[in-house]
Amino acid sequence: MKFPIYLDYSATTPVDPRVAQKMIPFLTEHFGNPASRSHAFGWKAEEAVEEAREHVAALVRCDAKELVWTSGATESINLALKGAAEFYKTKGKHLVTVKTEHKATLDSMRELERRGFEVTYLDVQPNGLIDLNQLESSLRKDTILVSVMFVNNEIGVIQDIPAIGEMCRKRGILFHVDAAQATGKCDIDLQALKADLMSFSAHKTYGPKGVGALFVRRKPRVRLEAQMHGGGHERGFRSGTLASHQIVGMGEAYRLAKLEMAAERESVRAMRDKLLAGMQQMEEVFVNGDLAQRVPHNLNLSFNFVEGESLIMAVKDIAVSSGSACTSASLEPSYVLRALGRSDELAHSSIRFTLGRFTTQEEVEYAVNHLKTKVAKLRDLSPLWEMHKEGIDLSTVQWAAH
Amino acid sequence: MAYSEKVIDHYENPRNVGSFDKGDDSVGTGMVGAPACGDVMKLQIKVNKDGVIEDARFKTYGCGSAIASSSLVTEWVKGKKLDEAAGIKNTQIAAELSLPPVKIHCSILAEDAIKAAVEDYKKKHK
Repeated sequence: MKFPIYLDYSATTPVDPRVAQKMIPFLTEHFGNPASRSHAFGWKAEEAVEEAREHVAALVRCDAKELVWTSGATESINLALKGAAEFYKTKGKHLVTVKTEHKATLDSMRELERRGFEVTYLDVQPNGLIDLNQLESSLRKDTILVSVMFVNNEIGVIQDIPAIGEMCRKRGILFHVDAAQATGKCDIDLQALKADLMSFSAHKTYGPKGVGALFVRRKPRVRLEAQMHGGGHERGFRSGTLASHQIVGMGEAYRLAKLEMAAERESVRAMRDKLLAGMQQMEEVFVNGDLAQRVPHNLNLSFNFVEGESLIMAVKDIAVSSGSACTSASLEPSYVLRALGRSDELAHSSIRFTLGRFTTQEEVEYAVNHLKTKVAKLRDLSPLWEMHKEGIDLSTVQWAAH
Repeated sequence: MAYSEKVIDHYENPRNVGSFDKGDDSVGTGMVGAPACGDVMKLQIKVNKDGVIEDARFKTYGCGSAIASSSLVTEWVKGKKLDEAAGIKNTQIAAELSLPPVKIHCSILAEDAIKAAVEDYKKKHK
C-alpha cells in the first residue's frame, strides 16, 4: 500500500495512465493549432478535437455539435449562467438555484444579483435533496433560469434532474445542470433529460485538469451571450485556442468512463459499504446526506464530539477533506452541512471520503482501522465526549460564543 | 495548513490529558469556548495550601493548535502561584507555538481557560 491513501476523488482524480498516453503525442508531435486550416498540423489537431467531442457526446447522449470546450466546470457554469441570464434578460430577471450548490454557481449568482437579477436560493431537506414542491412554488412568470447540480460535491446526493427538467420545460424556463461530479458515476441521457445547459469537467473523471465542456441544447435552441471574446472559436460561444492535448485527454477519459462506469460503480459501492460498516462500529457516527439517493463514491460522515480539522490532522495516513477543498482554508463549518440543518458540532466534525477507480479493499480496511484509533484518541481528549458520557445533553448547555 | 513542530509535538503527545474531580475543593475548573465555534477547552488546576498550582489537566475539542495551546499551558501553570498563572498572556502562547494569524484565537482561548480555572478556584475559597 502507498501512503497517504487517496480517498479524495471528488476533489480531483488521477489522470488514468491510458488517458495520459493518449495525450502525450498532442503535446510533442501533433501540436498543431486546431484552428489552422492551411496545413496538416492543424487538420490533425482538429480531427482529434472532434473525435474527443464525439466521445464526450456519447457519454452524455447528446449531439457533438451541442458541446463547447471550456477550461473546466467553473468556466462552463459561469458561461451558462451569466451567458443565459444576459441573453434572456428582457424575458425576465428571476433566477433560481439551491443553497448547497458549488461556489462556482453561488458566486456567479451573486454576481448576477449585482447586475440586477433577482435570485432565489432554495433550502434543501435534511437529506440534502430539494423539495420539488418548494421548487415549483418558487417559479414565477419572470423566472428565466433554474440551476441545480446533478451530484453534490460534498455529500454525493443525486437530485431529481428528470423531474426538475420537466417542471422547467413546461414553463419555458431554461434549466442548467452542474454535472461535474456526475460523469462516470451516473447515467446521463440528454436525449431524455429536459436540461438545456449542462456543465462538465474532465479532472473529476480521470481526465486532466484545465479542461471541461458546456452542453448547449440546439433543439429547442438555447442562446448565450459569450463571456470570452476573441477569435470566435467554438461557434462564438468561447474564444481562445483549443487546448488540444487537454481535450484529447477529456475525450479519452469520457470514452473509458462510458465503457467502465457500470462495473466500476458496483465495485466502488462494495467498498463504500465496507467503509460505512466499519465506521458504524463506532458510536456517534452519522452519515450526512441521503444514503440511497447518492453516488456510491461518496461517504460524508460526522464523528460527533471530534473536531474536523484535528481529525484530518490525525488521520495523516489517508488523504481526505473536511467540507469541500475550495472552502477548507476557512474556519467556517461546511455551508452544505449547515444547509442540511446539521448542528454546529456535527458540521464541525465531518469528513468526506470519496472513493474511485484505483481504491482497493485493503486501503478501505486500513482507513477504517486508522479512523477508529484516531477518533478514540481524540475523544479521550474531548471535553464534549466526556460530557456526553456523563449523560449531559450538550444542546442544553449555555456556551459563551467567542 | 502547515503546523509548527511544537504544535505537532503537543498535538501528537499531549501533556496532562485528563480530568480532576470538579467537586474537589483543591481543584479549579475552567471551561471556555463553544462547539459552534469549533473549539471548547476544559482546563483544571490543582492548588496546594500555599496557593501554588501543583498539577493541571486538560481536555480540548478543537483543531491541532487549540489542543497544543491547552497542552502547553498545563505545563506552564504548574509550580506557579494563582496570580502568576492568571498573568499568562496569549501572545506568549502564540509565540511559543509559532501560531499563524488564523490560529491566534486558540491562544486567546487558552489564556481565557487559565483565567476561568483560577477564578473558579478563588470562588470556592472566598
